[in-house]
Amino acid sequence: MISAVSDNQRAPSRNKRWTGWRDHRVVLLRLGLVAAIIGILELASRLSWIDPISFIPPSSMAASAWHILIAGTYREDMLLTLSSACTALVLAVIGGFAFGLMLYRFGRLRRVLDPLLLSYYAVPIFVLYPMLIVIFGLNRWPLIVLGFLFAIVAMAVNTLNGLERIPIVLLRTARVMHLGRIQEIWLIKLPASLPFIFTGIKLAIVYSFIAVIGGEFLLSGAGLGYQIAFAYNNFDNQTMYGLMFLLLLFVGTINLLLHSAEQRLYQRRVLKEGA
Amino acid sequence: MATHLFSVPLTQDLPVQAPIHVNVEAVTKVFSRENAEPVHALGPVSFSLHSKEFFSVVGPSGCGKSTLLDLIAGLTSPSDGLIEFEGKKVDGQVPDGVAVVFQEDASFPWMSVFDNAAFGARRAGLSEVQVRERVDHALAFMGLTDFANAYPAQLSGGMRQRVCIARAMVMRPRLMLLDEPFGALDQQTRLLMGEEMLKLWRETESTIMLITHSIDEAVMLSDRVGTMSARPGKFIDIVQTGWSRERGSETAMDPQFGTLQAQIWGKLRSESLKTLGAQR
Repeated sequence: MISAVSDNQRAPSRNKRWTGWRDHRVVLLRLGLVAAIIGILELASRLSWIDPISFIPPSSMAASAWHILIAGTYREDMLLTLSSACTALVLAVIGGFAFGLMLYRFGRLRRVLDPLLLSYYAVPIFVLYPMLIVIFGLNRWPLIVLGFLFAIVAMAVNTLNGLERIPIVLLRTARVMHLGRIQEIWLIKLPASLPFIFTGIKLAIVYSFIAVIGGEFLLSGAGLGYQIAFAYNNFDNQTMYGLMFLLLLFVGTINLLLHSAEQRLYQRRVLKEGA
Repeated sequence: MATHLFSVPLTQDLPVQAPIHVNVEAVTKVFSRENAEPVHALGPVSFSLHSKEFFSVVGPSGCGKSTLLDLIAGLTSPSDGLIEFEGKKVDGQVPDGVAVVFQEDASFPWMSVFDNAAFGARRAGLSEVQVRERVDHALAFMGLTDFANAYPAQLSGGMRQRVCIARAMVMRPRLMLLDEPFGALDQQTRLLMGEEMLKLWRETESTIMLITHSIDEAVMLSDRVGTMSARPGKFIDIVQTGWSRERGSETAMDPQFGTLQAQIWGKLRSESLKTLGAQR
């Protein structure tokens, strides 16, 4: 049996307790910061430092959001927005992953598309809406396609980045282990590039929601974005802020869940300072 | 001067010959490049590895040592010549029974130490009972039992390299190719790892070919040490150490150790100078 060499002393999580406390403190500080901002806004509105009609106190926003949820007035709009954004997201994640794989596999295709991909986000994608209506008709699909187009490149580029950063030695190991092409993708390439793919998914969520809600806000006649715009145009600030609050809560919760999943993923892969 | 057993003069006669395990005959490797002259990286090289032998290769940087290992492993194909492992031609496919340990960390960061070590055995279709038995043994042998559930990121460089060696060991290879596996480790850990390699070699009875920059390491560990010329690499000398199979790091105190070191360095120095000169 091998002798206990000096580097054995570097046991996992030597300073686990300290690291745990430090993480805990960061979370507390973060929550404190959010609470402080909400508190200041509450005070500013209640004490009329800012116009309380234009900006209602956050507690009123929360109350309005709760009423909207209970009354179910906007249930259909919420479902429409969420289902459109989720459809766009799923399509963008699947399509973006496949597109990223293709770019990785076919160098010539990548060289051709590289400048186009680099300038992709310079295109104001909402200008495509009229064209999408012509293609898909006056229904929910133009907005879904808008969300898909907005998110797919972020997913593809991150997939490509992840695949390109796989250490060559892992691919050589796959060959030594006699892995086939599919096994290599499934067992080595996919898990090795997962942190980048995860970032791609996070961005795809953000972009698909921005595109769908922004599209509804500016161009549509239904959905949460449209209802926020409608309330805004009719000076119905209670409803407008209530809907905005719900939206923030929803997107914030998704991001928080993703962040926590990402942290768990990174914890396995990256040596924590002091560990 | 020893007999000309292969294509190079041996400085000592080999003892009773074990069967030939790997045969390399007039192998060359030329890398073609886009819009540039092709690079003649290796050869022609001819030599043989004997069954259960520990053979090391030293040579100046860029002389084609790792290319030679890749060729024997089947990770690349020769431009010319023949490579045989157990009598079968090797050409761009890794043969069964061959394991490779690379210089870089090749542990899978998303898997625990146990799953890393078990990876090849599971792919080979062994039952979970067999996998557990082999992995437990390999981890115990490499001193990693307590870290079976840890992830590579939680281990030091030396321990991660041991994970890779354990993964190779689990496959019970008949030929182990080691490409400077201790290159990134500190001197003390290198020495200890070297001793462990000798134990592993004795236990598994596999043939080992080690690529190394360290003459000390090569002389201490090997039955024979091959010295390569500057690029395109060829063997300019193959020295037999004459150590017993039960050797360890104490061989460094043997008067013969210094003689062998000096002999290898004598050949290597001029080749290293050539490489340095070419780089300037």
